[in-house]
Amino acid sequence: MKKIFLLAIFSFTISNLFANEIIKNEVLKNLRCLVCQGQTISDSNSEFAQIIKSVVDDKIKEGMTKKEIYKFLSEKYGDWILFNPPIKKNSYILWFLPYLLFILGGIFLYFMIKKRLMGK
Amino acid sequence: MKKKNLIITCIFFIFFFITMFLSLDKNKIYSTRDYVGQQLADVDLEYFNKNSIFNTKKISNYNFTLINFWASWCGPCRKEHKNLMALSENKNLKIIGINFRDKQNNAKEFLKEMGNPFFILTKDTDGKKSVNFGVYGIPETILVNQDLQILKKYIGPLSLKDVREINKIVKK
Repeated sequence: MKKIFLLAIFSFTISNLFANEIIKNEVLKNLRCLVCQGQTISDSNSEFAQIIKSVVDDKIKEGMTKKEIYKFLSEKYGDWILFNPPIKKNSYILWFLPYLLFILGGIFLYFMIKKRLMGK
Repeated sequence: MKKKNLIITCIFFIFFFITMFLSLDKNKIYSTRDYVGQQLADVDLEYFNKNSIFNTKKISNYNFTLINFWASWCGPCRKEHKNLMALSENKNLKIIGINFRDKQNNAKEFLKEMGNPFFILTKDTDGKKSVNFGVYGIPETILVNQDLQILKKYIGPLSLKDVREINKIVKK
């Protein structure tokens, strides 16, 4: 009985550690290294990246969710630190302009083709 | 029809060049835009010389506070130090130093050689506390008012222009 109990605790701890490691890797891959443009925090070995890695590790151990960690870091460094920034009022144009241009382009093409076909 | 296509192409290129031109001026790497105006984080910092804690809430006891992140190994910190010494003479302003990832003896030597402008001196030995202040690297300096609102953040060494600006804000 004692052995089963110990085994259960051991497997729970191990699975918890793995889960935390997976979350940590996901978070670090979505963070931009601000002092070495073009790299993620996960890929960078800069001093800044090392500190952020350590802070993310602490936050996960404290029980913070991914969203909470992203919020904490974007409050300190702005949304630029996130590779996948949240949709906000002031970024509506940035998010929806490509779709709008795509639709407008489609409409433009439709009328162009229609006009040509009518001409023939 | 040809004229119409030419106009559309011209509008497209004008739009393209204006967008590119405006983007040239934007420094996305070190932006303080999101940080300025926020409330200062509630952080426990270790005093440099004693085994006790300084909480950032205590900053509300002073009219204006300048929080400076520095280290003895940092060249630009050496460059800005005379400006910090000048600012330390302003009676309406308290300077809190956060010694960043430094060796205690080296930091002491630095202050002995260059002077100590800090009203309170704390340390962040692993650099993790500094993330609460949005620090990218050092030197960095944050100006805070009595309500713990962040008024300004300076990335890089403080220049004479920055000193004039800080003195102007603090005099108000």
